[in-house]
Amino acid sequence: MRTSEVTRTTEYTPYHPRWYRSRVSTYWWLWKWPYLKFVLRELSSIFVAYFAVLTLVQIQALSEGPEAYAEFQEWMKNPFCLALNAISLFFVLFHVLTWFNLAPRAMVVRVGGKRLPDALIAGANYVAWVVVSAAVTWFLLRKI
Amino acid sequence: MAETITLEVARYSPERDAAPTFQTYQVPLRKDWVVLDALNYIKDKVDGSLTYRWSCRMGICGSCGMMVNGEPKLTCATFLINYAPGPVRVEPLRYFPVVRDLVIEMTDFMVKLKNVKPWIIRREEKTLSEGEYLQTPQQLDTYKQFSMCINCMLCYAACPVYGLDPLFTGPAAIALAQRYNLDSRDQGAKERMEILSQHQGIWGCTFVGECTEVCPKHVDPAGAIQQYKLNAAKEWFKSLLMPWGSK
Repeated sequence: MRTSEVTRTTEYTPYHPRWYRSRVSTYWWLWKWPYLKFVLRELSSIFVAYFAVLTLVQIQALSEGPEAYAEFQEWMKNPFCLALNAISLFFVLFHVLTWFNLAPRAMVVRVGGKRLPDALIAGANYVAWVVVSAAVTWFLLRKI
Repeated sequence: MAETITLEVARYSPERDAAPTFQTYQVPLRKDWVVLDALNYIKDKVDGSLTYRWSCRMGICGSCGMMVNGEPKLTCATFLINYAPGPVRVEPLRYFPVVRDLVIEMTDFMVKLKNVKPWIIRREEKTLSEGEYLQTPQQLDTYKQFSMCINCMLCYAACPVYGLDPLFTGPAAIALAQRYNLDSRDQGAKERMEILSQHQGIWGCTFVGECTEVCPKHVDPAGAIQQYKLNAAKEWFKSLLMPWGSK
């Protein structure tokens, strides 16, 4: 049999094998914990955005004078806002921890040809976080 | 009577079945047996019609990847004893079309692999008289991890993004593209960037990270993709700031 004949006989489109394809379930993210953790990590960005918007609203209230700011503070004290902020804080912390722990995977830093250990890259992120938080705390609590 | 373990094996005959069914087999439970040994036992002694792929039985050829109790595994490196008392469920690799029983259709992966140009690209080849392309151990070290890929496709079966969007280039192909980008002898990074900076390339990845978890060769495809993204973002900023500086 010549090569062209072989090629022709293998193109048996009418009798092409019937492949079985399965659909991915809508609930694939419930299959196991790492998938669920991933989905929670992605969802956490909504709460990060919420805190960012909240900060802008707070700054706006501050710029409108003491009365507007007192009103803002009063509004923040209602149980719904407290609950929402508590949930948001949890997700923001989750967001920070998961992304800091993933940072060494995306960032490869080589010093003298050697790759820096993962703990050092993640650690640097945590140190920066603590330093910035301490600076903000000092700024807010200092006596004027 | 020696101890046995139950295997629930997915069976699918394109001529007869509309969907796969499970068939159970009793196989001897030996401490030195892997799942592939059990499948070979079934084929030799119990049911010669069972169809599956395998070759080297030592974790190099990448042919025997299957789902074992829902996890993508090389069946030649997955010991039965770890699943005692059983049953052990063996299915074809997830997200790929099934041809028959445990055999999947892999053309999609082969096409994607070729698309990312996983070979050394030179603008100009050196002449023979100039000698070979030398590389220091340090230069080798930058890409060696990614070069360990055996194309077993377990990472595809672990990637929900690939399951939901079959156009996604996928973990192994991108890791192998990165392997050549990082090779000091290669000059094709820009060519590959054009292919991989598209939505179906690196940006399709949402960093679930399971590809790395299931990789039997510790290639870390998830890491390769994130490093690629970082690089793509840097290149984009560079082209924005210095549009005249195109290489």
